[in-house]
Amino acid sequence: MLLVHCPYCEEERPELEFAGAGEAHIARPANMADISDEEFEKFFFIRENQKGIVFERWRHIHGCGRFFNAVRNSVSDKFIKTYKAGEKKPKLTKAEIASVLPPAKGTPANEPIHTAPTTTGKGDAK
Amino acid sequence: MDNAMRINPLDERMFGGNGVSLAPVGPRERISLRADEKTAKALGKALGVDLPFKPGSAVSKGGKTALWIGPDEWLLIGPDNGSISTTLSQTGKQVFSIADISHRNTAVTITGPNSTAVLNSGCPRDLSLAAFPVKSCSRTVFGKAEVVLWRIRKEEFHLECWRSFSDYVWKYLADAARSA
Ligand SMILES: [Zn+2]
Repeated sequence: MLLVHCPYCEEERPELEFAGAGEAHIARPANMADISDEEFEKFFFIRENQKGIVFERWRHIHGCGRFFNAVRNSVSDKFIKTYKAGEKKPKLTKAEIASVLPPAKGTPANEPIHTAPTTTGKGDAK
Repeated sequence: MDNAMRINPLDERMFGGNGVSLAPVGPRERISLRADEKTAKALGKALGVDLPFKPGSAVSKGGKTALWIGPDEWLLIGPDNGSISTTLSQTGKQVFSIADISHRNTAVTITGPNSTAVLNSGCPRDLSLAAFPVKSCSRTVFGKAEVVLWRIRKEEFHLECWRSFSDYVWKYLADAARSA
């Protein structure tokens, strides 16, 4: 099971205790009533949805109940770090980014689960 | 009869065998407390139980227990006589919030050498003594239910769950215990 480090509980806890809460570091406009529809759309709906390094909000909903932030690689699912809500977006080192890279292309773990069926005509059925 | 009778949802249930015993915990006063650190210290003095600040730890004294649930949240459990809420409501000008959840929750005691195996049938936490020592507590999950787990002794656990989930939690525990 995926283990997630909660910065408030100060330990690694099972994934089942957590809920994801979308992209982190999105500032809510202070002048909400004044902004245009386009600006509101950008704030409310538009997300980076990066493949690779993502900054996310998580909530330790079945634990301490706190929201916190996490940086992870969305392909390998490996976390670089988690930190308390309100803390600055951390600058990542090259070594940190390299440490969560998915397996190199061509290794089975990096292949999509569904591939086009190969019909060799024999040896498929067991 | 003037008053409706309050029924404990797990009354009459018992399980023993395979190195584990299950027993319902009788009525308790339960208070969910939210307070900042300074206030929590003062409230602990008033209660006679120092509220724990170490994540995941429980402190018991004089029949009352304070369980750390979150950075500003505690679950207080004591005898079913309202003494915790009475004490807290007489603490003057402090700002904090208490919710009486005495009847929202119920609890099961799990004892015996196989208690961790039975709990791990539904709880994904590492319950080894190194990771979850005596006097540890935590909100976590058991099967599909949210619970608060508290290790009273090496082989004795107190499992709090919502009253409406208690039948599910009990049957899950008993089923796991039968095959432990
Ligand atoms: Zn936590």
